[in-house]
Order: sequence, then C-alpha cells, then structure tokens
Amino acid sequence: MSVVSEPLHTGNVHGALRRRPFSRWNETVIKALLAACATISLVTTFAIIFVLGEESVAFFREVSLPDFFLKTRWRPLAGNPSFGIWELVAGTVNVVIWSLVIAVPIGLASAIYLSEYAQKRTRNILKPLLEALAGVPTVVYAYFALNFVTLDILRPALGNDVPIFNALAASVMLAVMILPTIASISEDAMSSVPRDLREAAYGLGATKLEVAIRVVLPAALSGVIASILLAVARVVGETMIVAIAAGSTPNLTLWPLSTIQTMTGFMLQVGLGDAARGTVDYQSLFAVGSVLFVITLLFNIAATWFVGRFREVYV
Amino acid sequence: MATAPVVLRASGRVAVRQAVSRASAYLFLGASLVGVFVLFLLAYETISTGAGRLSWDFISNYPSRFAERAGLRSSAIGSIWVLGLTVVMSLPIAIGTAIWIEEFAPQNKFLTIVKLNLANLAGVPSIIYGVLGLAVFSRFFGFGSTIMAGGFTVSLMILPMTVIASQEAIRQVPSSIRDGALALGASQWQTVWYHVLPGAAPGIITGIILAVSRAAGETAALIMIGAFTFIAFDNTSPNEDFTTIPIQIYNWTIRPQEAFRQNAAAAIIVLMVAVLSLNLLAAVIRERFRRS
Repeated sequence: MSVVSEPLHTGNVHGALRRRPFSRWNETVIKALLAACATISLVTTFAIIFVLGEESVAFFREVSLPDFFLKTRWRPLAGNPSFGIWELVAGTVNVVIWSLVIAVPIGLASAIYLSEYAQKRTRNILKPLLEALAGVPTVVYAYFALNFVTLDILRPALGNDVPIFNALAASVMLAVMILPTIASISEDAMSSVPRDLREAAYGLGATKLEVAIRVVLPAALSGVIASILLAVARVVGETMIVAIAAGSTPNLTLWPLSTIQTMTGFMLQVGLGDAARGTVDYQSLFAVGSVLFVITLLFNIAATWFVGRFREVYV
Repeated sequence: MATAPVVLRASGRVAVRQAVSRASAYLFLGASLVGVFVLFLLAYETISTGAGRLSWDFISNYPSRFAERAGLRSSAIGSIWVLGLTVVMSLPIAIGTAIWIEEFAPQNKFLTIVKLNLANLAGVPSIIYGVLGLAVFSRFFGFGSTIMAGGFTVSLMILPMTVIASQEAIRQVPSSIRDGALALGASQWQTVWYHVLPGAAPGIITGIILAVSRAAGETAALIMIGAFTFIAFDNTSPNEDFTTIPIQIYNWTIRPQEAFRQNAAAAIIVLMVAVLSLNLLAAVIRERFRRS
C-alpha cells in the first residue's frame, strides 16, 4: 500500500473556518458578557456599601453620632428611646471571648495532633469528621444551644438560676462551629513548616512535645493567628445561634451566664418584626449593620494579611 | 565481632521530659476527638428526640398550631424553589466570572480589585446579604417576600464560593490542552467552550453543589427578607411568598412546648439528610472524574 499525499485544498480549510460557530464578532460580545459577569461581584459590594450607607445617613439625622457611639444604653423601642451601640457590641464581644476560650485550646490541640502526631490513616479519618462540623447549618447549632446546652448541661450543672437565654450556651455552640476553622487552617500552617526546623530541634535533643510547642507552633504562628481572626469574623457575623440561645435583652456585660443581645441578634429581631421603611427602627438596622460590616471586614482583611505573611516566609 | 546490644534509656530530667512528651500524645488525641464526639452526640440527640416524629404525614402536612399535625410540606417546597432558582441564577454568573478571571482578563489593577473583592465578599456575614436583599430586591425592585427575592439574595450570597470553586476547576485543566486547541486554529472562546469547560465541569459542578448545600441551611438572610411566615399552600410560581425548612426549624425551636421541640429535631433530621446527600453527591462526582 502506498501513501499518496494529497495537495491541501486551501479553499476547503477556508470554508471550514468560515463555518465555525463563533465568529470574531461573536467573540467580542462573549468577552464583554463575561466581563459583565465579573463586575456583578463588584456591583454587589457597592450595593452593600450604598444600602448600608444611605439608611445609616438617614439614621444619623435622627440620632446623633455621639449618642450612638458614646452612650451605652440600647433601648430602640422605649418611650424615650436610646441608641447607644455599646450594649450590642458588648453582647458580641461576650460571645466572641467565651467561644474563643473554648475553641482555641481545643482547636490548636487538634491541629497539633493532626499535623505532628497522627498517622496518615488516622488523619484521613479525623480531618473530614472535624470538617463535617463546618457543614452543619447554624440553625441546627442554635437548636442545640437552647435545648441541649442550656437545659441538659448548664442547668443541671450550675443550678436553675441559669437564665434560659444566656451567652454561655451560645458560646459553646459557636465554639463547635469555629472549631473546624481553627483546627483546619492552623493544621495547614503547621504542616507547611519545613522539616529542617523539626529535625534541627530533634538533633539538639528536643522531645516531640517540645518540637511541637516550641518550634512548630511559633513557626506557624501567623497561620494560627489568621485562623483565629477568621473564626472571630464568623462569630461576629453569626446570627441564628445568638438570636435563639443568647436572648434579646441588650446588656453591658461580659459575664457568660447573663442574657444578652448581639448586633446580629438585634438585626434579626428587626427583620422578624415588620419595621416600616423610614422609621428610626428600620434605619437602626442599617446603622448596626454598617458597624457589623466594618468589624467583619477588618477581621477578614487582617486574616488575609497574616495568611499572606505566612506564605511569604515558607511556601 | 559480636557486641552486646546497647540499650539507651534516659534517666533524670530527660526521662521526665520524654514521659511528658509521650503523655502529650494522648492529650492532643483527646482534644481532636472532642469535635468528633460532639458530632456524634448531636446526631444521637437529634435522632433520639426527633425520629419518633418522622412519618409521611410529617413530610406532607402543612404547618399547624398543633404540633402533632404540623409538617414540612410548604417549607420543603419553598426550600426546593429557592435553591432551584439560586442554581439557575448563580451558575452562569459564577462560571462567567471564573472564565473571565482565568482565561480572558488582562493582568491589570482591575483584575486585582475583582479578585480581592471576591475574597472579601466571601467573608461578609449572611445577615448583611439579608439586609441587602431586603433593601434592594424586596423593597427597591418590589419583589417583597417572594421566592424571587429569596433566590436573588441567596445567589449573591453563594456567588463568591461558586466563583472561587469554578476558578480552581478551570485552573486544573492542563495548559497543554489549551495550547493544542489554539495550535489547531481554534479561537480563544472555542478553546474555552470545547476544551476547558468540559474538563473543568466536574470541579465546577462539585463546587456549586457544595455551595447549594450551604445555602440549604441558610436562615438569617431569608428571615430578613420576610420569609418567616405561615404558608399553607404549595408554591407554584416564584412570585409567591414562601418559607424554608431552616426557618421552620427556627419557628419550632423558639416555642416552649416539648412537642414542637420534637418537630424541630425531626425537621433537623430531614435537613441534615438533605445537606449530607448533597455533600455525598459532590464527593461522588469528584471521585468519579478524578479517575478518568
């Protein structure tokens, strides 16, 4: 059998190219459409800032800035209403502190175990199970905070004067919620600490524990800090757990066994009622929302910065 | 030349340090089991409280003042509507954004801003999206508390997640495939449409399913746009008011009666089965296409 090379019919190729489904003109349109898709995320950000800003401006026409930022009483529905945000901020800080007190030691110990101690097989079972906690809807955690933590644990353990709605029950479930965030990100940071550092420490006679605590943990510190900052941002923004379990009574206290209200808890309360547009009640939602937005944004930016710092050093 | 085996055994302070180190393994193991223990405890508590309420009636009944007659019918249908609408709306936008960032965008300041913005949007709390939905979709565009308003709100909320997942899937497609297509004369868009997208599809679908499973549990944002309502009819169009399973759980949880607590637990079982099935589906798709 002989191979005969046929001359190339350029005309045919031309025809095929002409028949191609997307002409050059179409491509320009497609490109423009894709770029339009990408701008939707930018528009979303602008819309958030605009919406929060517009109604906040209206709010601050009714309530002066010093009243909002310097007064400590938050009584929007009282006959003589007072809009001092510090009671709501204290509620949020309360649950942030107590959830971190619970979640940081457990989360870091889990990270150290997964990164430094666990066999590969154990790790492959434990890590997905821990991360499964991150996929549980928060309303489910809220149900447990109220029914399980308060009624089945706190009241039997600490007595019946524990209020039915308290910051501690919410903090316990918030801690469960952020546990995978802290454990997983810290573990990633610890795993990417170079082996040399560990081996140098072993060579000097350090034990496994000493290597983990005095070499790996400090070397992974920026990753660990980033994980905690992200966890704080999540706690600050979480709504259902605190709205259901922590109560709806603004309270300037950091005591875990008190009934409180967080910023998000107040926002949900307004959302549940049918506050009419134009009322100070409706506008206060956006003023509190602005404060919440700025706080979570700052924590997220700080976390990104720490992750970047970590990558710069080791990866 | 035979030598006696040398046994190295530490003594004094070194022995103590080694003992502490060995003991620490159990401490750290114990800590990492706390999360797993809580997971199983929650599963056990929910099933023991709520399993008794699970029945076909519980799924097919409308909500009611009487706990024994109340069911998930309208909230389940509402959830399916909102999630369906969310997929339809966010899928093209997420894929479009990801393709633009990975394949078409000029490497300039604008691209940096888009990427940075997506990362920050991913950290915005869901209740802020609820406030956005309330002001923009419910009030400004006049959708009120309808499925439409819910779908738009949830779509924007999961957009950063779906875009980032799609970007990763597109990046996984080897550049040799792009080079091959371009060398054979395909245009940039033909390369993306016929070669990059089919290769990235499993990763994109996995990412979308995971985002939807997150959206399935969303409560606060939908309460903000007014979905905390009593619905006793089957939704047949996106222009109707609605409620969802997580909101029904919230509704039953905040009531003091024990019977409603059982309803909440039963509804949690239904929600968790749905969420876990979606996660399982995502895992199956990922594994299946990893091999080929």
